[in-house]
Amino acid sequence: MPEIKNYTLNFGPQHPAAHGVLRLVLEMDGEVIERADPHVGLLHRATEKLAESKPYNQTIPYMDRLDYVSMMCNEHGYVLALEKLLGVAPPERAQYIRVMFDELTRILNHLMWIGTHALDIGAMTVFLYAFREREDLMDMYEAVSGARMHAAYYRPGGVYRDLPEQMPRYEKKTKYRNETQTESLNKARDGSLLDFIEDFTDRFPTYVDEYETLLSDNRIWKQRTVGIAVVSPERAMNLGFTGPMLRGSGVEWDLRKKQPYEVYDKLDFDIPVGVEGDCYDRYLIRVEEMRQSNRIIKQCINWLRQNPGPVMLDDHKITPPSREHMKSDMESLIHHFKLFTEGFILPKGEVYTAIEHPKGEFATYLVSDGANKPYRLKIRAPGFAHLAAMDEMTKGHMLADVVAVIGTMDIVFGEIDR
Amino acid sequence: MSDYYNQLAETLRKRLNGKITDVIVAFHEVTVVANQADLHDVCQTLHDDSAFHCEQVVDICGVDYSTYDNSQWEGPRFAVAYQLLSIKNNHRIRVKTFVDGEPPVVDSVIDIWKGADWFEREAFDLFGIIFDGHPDLRRILTDYGFIGHPFRKDFPLSGNVEMRYDEEQKRVIYQPVSIDPRVNQPRVIREDHRYAEREAALALNAISSANDVASGDKDA
Repeated sequence: MPEIKNYTLNFGPQHPAAHGVLRLVLEMDGEVIERADPHVGLLHRATEKLAESKPYNQTIPYMDRLDYVSMMCNEHGYVLALEKLLGVAPPERAQYIRVMFDELTRILNHLMWIGTHALDIGAMTVFLYAFREREDLMDMYEAVSGARMHAAYYRPGGVYRDLPEQMPRYEKKTKYRNETQTESLNKARDGSLLDFIEDFTDRFPTYVDEYETLLSDNRIWKQRTVGIAVVSPERAMNLGFTGPMLRGSGVEWDLRKKQPYEVYDKLDFDIPVGVEGDCYDRYLIRVEEMRQSNRIIKQCINWLRQNPGPVMLDDHKITPPSREHMKSDMESLIHHFKLFTEGFILPKGEVYTAIEHPKGEFATYLVSDGANKPYRLKIRAPGFAHLAAMDEMTKGHMLADVVAVIGTMDIVFGEIDR
Repeated sequence: MSDYYNQLAETLRKRLNGKITDVIVAFHEVTVVANQADLHDVCQTLHDDSAFHCEQVVDICGVDYSTYDNSQWEGPRFAVAYQLLSIKNNHRIRVKTFVDGEPPVVDSVIDIWKGADWFEREAFDLFGIIFDGHPDLRRILTDYGFIGHPFRKDFPLSGNVEMRYDEEQKRVIYQPVSIDPRVNQPRVIREDHRYAEREAALALNAISSANDVASGDKDA
């Protein structure tokens, strides 16, 4: 009988389950992983270096392109750092809008995660369901910012503009749809954006039930996730895990509760915490987080309906004046010109601001020397620390479990490679 | 919040006496400036001591100070900043250490926090800072065979080499970059009187807390 030798397997970067451009070098003993060595950086765009060469506002669009499935949350982390150094706080309405869109983004991210995670492990249907709902969420993005993904909606001092009064509707008739089909698509779009979001939050819990019917008690799903990649709470902390990865191991830690920013301390929601620390627990947590996000969005809608007001600070040293003023008022013209040629300056100092991103702790460490551009901007991406633990989490598991682990980490290369 | 961090700063000054040069409280954050030689000790204390109890290193990054404030910086060229988080005590501590020399060397903290692994590799890759004691200090974000450390301030934004497919040699070749770097919006540092008041208050705060420590020492 021939002797079986260990061999090295190259997984990715062109593998559909690699979630982008992960190259994994696996040392295998038969089908058991002995060592996993992720090679990252294939999507490295030097966002931090680019930021050093641009006025502060021009870096906001780069933030969308970091974790490209939770765009507005990235912007939030960056904008908060600017506001902290400037010593300003946005109007309350802007804070509620930010929280609402953060939570919509969380749902957007978790839908992407549940779809691809299930697809990798062999459940096709969830993917199709999840993308059906993502379409509605993208429409909300588009209605508020003009872009389906790369919104650039959060600005230092507030948000770019108030929620629109009219939700955009589908065209009456095209060659792909007849009028009754268009009518059903437009059913929820009669009112404002808030009406559309409210309609979505009413529908969404049933959708989550659908995903759970497909997965939670599914025998194959459980065989693939229960007891896979168990991480103890001590190890999870030592490895620098944050977000659902940390809570999956049973550590009660959520920045929205523990170090609240914006208006999270005024909202009512629960933090799900795992017990076993395996892939199945992390799945349950993310599903519950979607339900909790839905709750938060509902509360925000209520508040936003009752409290109209400004969504941007009136301080034109950092926020642009309206076009109308710019064309009729000399001082506004000067402000406008200064802001869009030179930008604003930040005082000397360094700040670190963290937010609870759908994937974990997303933070920016900003060093300023009093110029109109950051001196050093470090982006702390949650996925980077999670992927670093790949070796520890997959050791001793089968090759097929690597795919489950990649899924459970919720890896997106835009943020890991930056 | 700031009161809490002022108190924390005092505890830090007492417990880490001799190993640190400064403790700064600003923007509701506390920064410990550790001596390069004592960095590992400081981190170990911050991890073990129940007053700090930092279970997590959330982030490690390098900073190149060579062009700070229009190149008026006089201290060591590089700094490494560690963002520590205590889940039990719910506070953050930033440890900074300044390093000079070529290559700059600091002790690795990977034996305290396993999570430091990739962050240290990243700082090595981008800034060329050597972490002494790291078992696997390879490049991580840049290409295989990359030359230089791209986040240093003397590395041009457009890079040094570009890559293209050569029709004659039938392979991908590297060549010096053919584009000129250009600056659309120049970097300017302006004095802003609106921040002057706040900076003065911060400075005053630092002086008074330093005095508190000094008088505390006398009592002891």
